[in-house]
Amino acid sequence: MLKPSKMLVFGATSAIAYETIKLFAKDGTSFYLCSRKEDELKRLADDLIVRGAKEVRFATFNALDVNSVTEAVNDCLIKFPDLDGLFIAHGFLPDQKVCETSIDSMRQVIDINFTSAATILTIVANYFEKRGTGTIIAVSSPGGDRGRQSNYVYGSAKGALTVFLSGLRQRLSRAGVSVITIKPGFVDTPMTVDFKKGILFVGPEVIARGIYKAVLKGKSEVYLPAYWRFIMMIIKHVPEMIFKKIKL
Amino acid sequence: MQNDLTLESWGRFPAALHSGEIVPRSIDEVRNSMRSVDASLLPRGMGRSYGDSCLNDGGYLLSTKRLDKFMHFAPDTGVLRCESGVTLDEILRVFVPQGWFLPVTPGTKYVTIGGAIANDIHGKNHHREGTFSNHVIRFELERSDGTRFLCSRDENRDWFRATVGGIGLTGVILWAELKLRPIAGPYIEMESIKFDSLDEFFQISHSSGGLFEYTVSWLDCLSSNDVRGLFMRGNHIDKEEKAELKITHKTSQWKTFPCDAPSYLLSTPSIKLFNFIYYNKQLNKIKKSIVHYDPFFYPLDSINHWNRMYGKSGFLQWQCAVPVNDNYEAIRLILRKIHKSGLGSFLVVFKEFGNHPSEGMLSFPMSGITLAMDFPNREKKIFSFLDRLDEVVVDVRGRIYPAKDARMSRNTFRASFPSVNEFTSYIDPKFSSSFYRRVGG
Repeated sequence: MLKPSKMLVFGATSAIAYETIKLFAKDGTSFYLCSRKEDELKRLADDLIVRGAKEVRFATFNALDVNSVTEAVNDCLIKFPDLDGLFIAHGFLPDQKVCETSIDSMRQVIDINFTSAATILTIVANYFEKRGTGTIIAVSSPGGDRGRQSNYVYGSAKGALTVFLSGLRQRLSRAGVSVITIKPGFVDTPMTVDFKKGILFVGPEVIARGIYKAVLKGKSEVYLPAYWRFIMMIIKHVPEMIFKKIKL
Repeated sequence: MQNDLTLESWGRFPAALHSGEIVPRSIDEVRNSMRSVDASLLPRGMGRSYGDSCLNDGGYLLSTKRLDKFMHFAPDTGVLRCESGVTLDEILRVFVPQGWFLPVTPGTKYVTIGGAIANDIHGKNHHREGTFSNHVIRFELERSDGTRFLCSRDENRDWFRATVGGIGLTGVILWAELKLRPIAGPYIEMESIKFDSLDEFFQISHSSGGLFEYTVSWLDCLSSNDVRGLFMRGNHIDKEEKAELKITHKTSQWKTFPCDAPSYLLSTPSIKLFNFIYYNKQLNKIKKSIVHYDPFFYPLDSINHWNRMYGKSGFLQWQCAVPVNDNYEAIRLILRKIHKSGLGSFLVVFKEFGNHPSEGMLSFPMSGITLAMDFPNREKKIFSFLDRLDEVVVDVRGRIYPAKDARMSRNTFRASFPSVNEFTSYIDPKFSSSFYRRVGG
């Protein structure tokens, strides 16, 4: 599998994205970085250049505003007409309790985690399909494998993303475009700063190495670390009769 | 902000209870971070200092772990600008494959640039290249009142001299610019020579200084009245083909010391046995080899948490530097005292410093000899024993290294660093450390 030489990255300043694109930077990849944090983007661009990135461009975007999403993608395709990599790493982990009562919060979670990603994927997938090449990497979540009372709003948005990616993979495989779904378990990042860190937490650099390897090996769907596949297999197979009675 | 954290330094003695740790996510956030706390502050990088100079009991720590970005690199000159929380490990990972190396490196790569400057660290090439800060071109310092100083040898030179070796007390170093050195590959051509007296050590050391960039010795001072040991010297290979291996960053991180060791692990007999094996693992007088830079510079980094080897109560490091204008009498006396005490030390490291002047008011390296060792923190008598060693050092106008210290007296500190009076006026009023309250304050 070829490594992308020009990569569009959403949520570039997230911990997982940064650790991952660091690995690609040393191979001389060029980047188009998107994040909502403008100051951070400049800082990140300088860092990646020192690490070996060939060219770095960036733009801010707001995942809740479909126009700003499409603008960023279209601008990237003008700047990098030979774009061959897409990395979707933006996401928002909400307070589940708030989403149970606030319709706005609930919709925001779905828009950030699913609708914006699906928008990006639709444009870029068509572009890659036409060119007959490209690698799409998207960060979903094991939380999307089954709805749980503690996290089902976020989980359903990620679940939708997983299904979307799965369909896209099937459609694009004929065109030579690979679609990789990444499902990281508990990661010690600013997103999980308020969590009590148990033994299952790993650093974002562990996830990053897994993503890098998944790209090289042309994988389809990876749990990171790999033992999450096993954990989720058990969780998925608990009969609903029992599942509804446990607190997970 | 994380509240109420008990933290140890690398030596695991003493432990300190902090009011919290603040972690600015960028250089621009440092100002507000400093404003957000009402008690004393101390910048902290990787926390690899051995004693209490990276602790601030009762106060706050300002972690630089998120100031971890590179800012600029000029491949024509080797000048790198980066934020102060970037680690030496990260620099090696990125730059060794591009043919660059650190100008000076200590025995661990898990330290930050800010920490390297604040402790004005040294390495095996001190006799040729001086201290780390000798290769720092400039840096920016931010004080708790929001003022920023661009510090170099031409600009704000007094702040430069106070902050180099200033153990984090003059403000937060935001970023720094340093000059990397070109290398042909990641390999070191090294020789290891057995010696069995101090005179022989000096003979080898003097004849090696001009020919070898890196020199360091390991000493066994428990075996007999005189010392024996291994003198290690090396150079970066000048041509890559010599090693017939391609440039990669080989990470040798594969072991973790799993738990606190029981106290008998490092008893005197076991140290004697270790020393015997270590000395005799090499049968010939001289052994030549080509090794990757990782085991050459960072043998202990390959074991995560090697400090657990000393058990829960931790260990005390003691590192001195003494001038050599007295026919090495002071160093002979120190070694005799150690031998007589029977207090074993696993890792006695011995090196001749060069004449390169250190630039910081509290820089440790000085022309002469440096000796470092560690003792398990088990018996009270270690403390009084080290006090007696301090006296020998102070008598000949030597120094004790703050980065490794958890116990020196106020008087020893003042005698070690006569410029401390000048230094005091540069301390940030909001900054303090457990170490400084103990020895300076």
